[in-house]
Amino acid sequence: MILDYVGVKEINGSLIVLDNVDNASFEEMVDIRLDDGTYRHGRIVQIEGKRIVVQVFEGTKSISLDNTRTRLKAHPMELSLSPEIMGRVFSGAGRPIDGLGEVYPEKKANVNGTPMNPVSRVYPRNYINTGISTIDTLMTLIRGQKLPIFSGSGMKHNELAVQIVRQAKIADEGGDNKFGIVFAAMGVKNDVADYFRRSFDESGVLSRVVMFLNLANDPIIERILTPKCALTAAEYLAFECNMHVLVIMTDMTSYAEALREFSSSKGEIPGRKGFPGYLYSDLAALYERAGMIKGSSGSVTQIPILTMPNDDITHPVPDLTGYITEGQIVLDRQLEGSGLYPPVSVLPSLSRLMKDGIGEGYTRADHQPLANQLFASYARVQDARSLASVIGEEELSPVDKKYMEFGKLFEQYFVNQGYHENRTIEQSLDLGWKLLSTLPRTELDRVDDALLDKYYIEDKENLNFNTFSTETEDNKSSDDDV
Amino acid sequence: MTTNDVIYGINGPVVTVRNTRSFSMMEMVYVGESRLVGEIIGINDNLTTIQVYEETTGLKPGDPVYGTGAPMNVLLGPGIIDNIFDGIERPLKAIEKTSGSFISRGAAVSALDLDKQWNVTINVTVGDELNEGMIYATCPETAIIEHRFIVPPGINGKVTSVKPSGKYKLMDTIVTLEDNNGKKYDLTLCQKWPIRTARPCKNRLPATVPLITGQRVIDTMFPVSKGGTAAIPGGFGTGKTMTQHQLAKWCDADIIVYVGCGERGNEMSQVLDEFSELIDPKSGRPMTDRTVLIANTSNMPVAAREASIYTGLTLAEYYRDMGYHVAIMADSTSRWAEALREISGRLEEMPAEEGFPAYLPSRLSEFYERAGRVDALCGSEGSVTIIGAVSPQGSDFSEPVTQNTKRFTRCFWALDKSLAYARHYPAINWMNSYSEYFTDLDPWFRENLGDDFIKYRNRITTILHEESSLMEIVKLIGSDVLPDDQKLVIETAKAIRVGFLQQNAFHADDTFVPLEKQKLMMKAILHLYNKAKTIIAAAIPISSIMELGLFEKLAKMKYDIPNNKPEMFDDLISDIDTALAALTS
Repeated sequence: MILDYVGVKEINGSLIVLDNVDNASFEEMVDIRLDDGTYRHGRIVQIEGKRIVVQVFEGTKSISLDNTRTRLKAHPMELSLSPEIMGRVFSGAGRPIDGLGEVYPEKKANVNGTPMNPVSRVYPRNYINTGISTIDTLMTLIRGQKLPIFSGSGMKHNELAVQIVRQAKIADEGGDNKFGIVFAAMGVKNDVADYFRRSFDESGVLSRVVMFLNLANDPIIERILTPKCALTAAEYLAFECNMHVLVIMTDMTSYAEALREFSSSKGEIPGRKGFPGYLYSDLAALYERAGMIKGSSGSVTQIPILTMPNDDITHPVPDLTGYITEGQIVLDRQLEGSGLYPPVSVLPSLSRLMKDGIGEGYTRADHQPLANQLFASYARVQDARSLASVIGEEELSPVDKKYMEFGKLFEQYFVNQGYHENRTIEQSLDLGWKLLSTLPRTELDRVDDALLDKYYIEDKENLNFNTFSTETEDNKSSDDDV
Repeated sequence: MTTNDVIYGINGPVVTVRNTRSFSMMEMVYVGESRLVGEIIGINDNLTTIQVYEETTGLKPGDPVYGTGAPMNVLLGPGIIDNIFDGIERPLKAIEKTSGSFISRGAAVSALDLDKQWNVTINVTVGDELNEGMIYATCPETAIIEHRFIVPPGINGKVTSVKPSGKYKLMDTIVTLEDNNGKKYDLTLCQKWPIRTARPCKNRLPATVPLITGQRVIDTMFPVSKGGTAAIPGGFGTGKTMTQHQLAKWCDADIIVYVGCGERGNEMSQVLDEFSELIDPKSGRPMTDRTVLIANTSNMPVAAREASIYTGLTLAEYYRDMGYHVAIMADSTSRWAEALREISGRLEEMPAEEGFPAYLPSRLSEFYERAGRVDALCGSEGSVTIIGAVSPQGSDFSEPVTQNTKRFTRCFWALDKSLAYARHYPAINWMNSYSEYFTDLDPWFRENLGDDFIKYRNRITTILHEESSLMEIVKLIGSDVLPDDQKLVIETAKAIRVGFLQQNAFHADDTFVPLEKQKLMMKAILHLYNKAKTIIAAAIPISSIMELGLFEKLAKMKYDIPNNKPEMFDDLISDIDTALAALTS
């Protein structure tokens, strides 16, 4: 017997309260029909005897105490899945919005997902060649990893994400597995969503992209569901269709803020900066859905993008994200300001899975020691710079001056690269050795002598860096023409 | 099983039952038709509150709640080692077989394998008096760990019947006891114990034996004792997990309990991978033969995360009671504290500092107090060492979890972001860290390594402190203006930092360094320092000493001199002497 419950008892923000409801189950879906014939969707978030609290996805605008009829759907929030979702566009709550009609479901899956058994996980070891020197050499992206980009408003995180997608795709063409992209936009501007769509189109991958769009003016409750839907689709494509799926989620800060808004309308006790106490668990439930499992050749790799409010890395969202994800790529406003692209701030960036996915058999045997040395030397550059800012560059010791020079070259030629420049891992590693060779050999204490004998260039005259910046030069000249 | 108690309200992992008197505090219950595991956390005459350890999606008011009459407990017996459990001791390997790669709810699998035959040797006979904690049988659990069956605490009596030694299953009765009142007890291969209660011991012993980890900065500078407590606080990316892994691999405990509490799933699969490949140099067997893993990853239900710490601790105490030295790695206690906060918020309790419940300090102190070196009831000595990672919010050590942990642990290994950025691992900051075990442990070091060890350590500490105050000046005016003897301090401190404190976990020799080599490394550094000091006093400029390349040699001695060739340090020292002698002649 299907019952409609007429009217509601209480409305608060995006929540409505119904009384005298029988047989409601926790997190069950409901349909709400307004008297004007339109439908809203909702989910039960709290039950107390016969009193239920429902979260309305589309918001409670124009709902009154008695113009609704509510029907329980007897199942939790589900997403219709089939291989045909490739190339489609959905709303944040998983409904098609590209006018191509409903998806004929091969399977329906609960969007909350279930936790992966740690025993069934395959430890990720295959690196993804992104063609970007800083990332490949110093914070290598591994298939099945979750590696967020910590950025700030106005920085080039979207460009970087697109470049990773474009170049990572090329590296995969030899494999048997198909490549797919799931794109989840949470509270981003229409322009940004459009930029991604256009870029996917230009690089010819649009037919392999599933998009979930919740734009800045869409309801916040749908924003909370957006990443859950996107990851459910990604898990399906990866583990049932055996595809390598790259999930791009932007912007996680908007997601967390939506969660905060929802939590406060539920009257929950706020934690740090007003975010709910369960923000960590909630974010973890999303990020942990990256990985690979035994018995499937597919993988889910996540690149969440988040903007740090006021560039503050200790803000709860980047802070908690950093504790869950396997490293981070941090962008730096100062580098961006000096015209470098991608403005990757090397020192705070990190990939935790890197150590087992590089070296002999994956990239090259000298990769890890080289990376350690580059980190250590570049950290020394910061010391030299802060000293120079006090006593002036002239007064520095000869070694510190070398470091200043190294820092400049490192940023100019290693960090900086063209938007369309795709460097092989060998190119990047060789460039790293070349840069280190500008320092005295005795300063390189993180690598052993055998490696130094092989790679350290004693002949300083041969250190010519211009060969690596051909594309940037080209760009400059074409700019001049305009 | 029938029950009259039904669900009234549901809010996330918190479920309430109305008007019932059938449950007691901390009792374990099953909720709903799919029998999700839960625990009673609040009772008043109107409402009983349950925290459920699994996803509550789909529960309905009116679904049944079944009591078990006992507090949340774990099953203890052979088969624990080399296993991986979730936060409430469900075996994840067995769950994988029944429900696939994703964990479904209400998975009812026995914690230990009930059908496996164990090769039991029984060493009591009829008429023997057995007291609580005494060993009545043994069996090999893994190639290196012998499982000792101990009489459960609280049971004493005379043996009335004994089975012959042979193959038995977990639930088989092998010994029967009768106590003075004529009450009979069947002793099987397993027992149960409530996770929130500490297991009893005869008496506690002082912290006079170090836990040797092979990590120089820990063993030499900030040692922890067997049965001690240590905290590793650090922001993300500073290497908490790496440090924990290194300790789990190399420390000289008999058994390691590794609790992944609210951490990454890939990390657990890495531990599984790595530990099964890694061979323990002492036993020649894989590390997994002495390791238990508790994995409650961050996407598993939050309530079970709160329990996972206690589950790990109870398993550790069980092996301690057999006379083993156990080290428990809790990664990370902050996630556990946050789980407390989350549940507390759902119960609408009054929050204290930063939303954490007011009982956070008492829970933390209860937890760390369960560490200790003891005379176990079986008569041998055992210990539980707790090493807890702390993940401070925003890398700020003044937040409540770090501050309260600091009060209840005696070792504090503060990880430092700037060291981690320079890839100086382990990134333990020598200025902020401390160990309170020095005075307790010094006699041991004196006895086993001679007086020199402590002398060297103190000298090294002084040099590092001198460097740190000199660096204040250098930051302002540069190092060129310093007099030569102070420049020497800076160069020596650099050799200490690079050559001694920094340790390469991926290098075959450097990943574990015996204490003897640690001592000789300090000796070599201090030898050069003292010699150079006298030379500089004779007005020979430091630059000519630097040109000899001796400091570079010290920086690389950790790689150049293998662990098993301490005699090579004599060559190094005589090399230093000859090189310096050339300067003065």
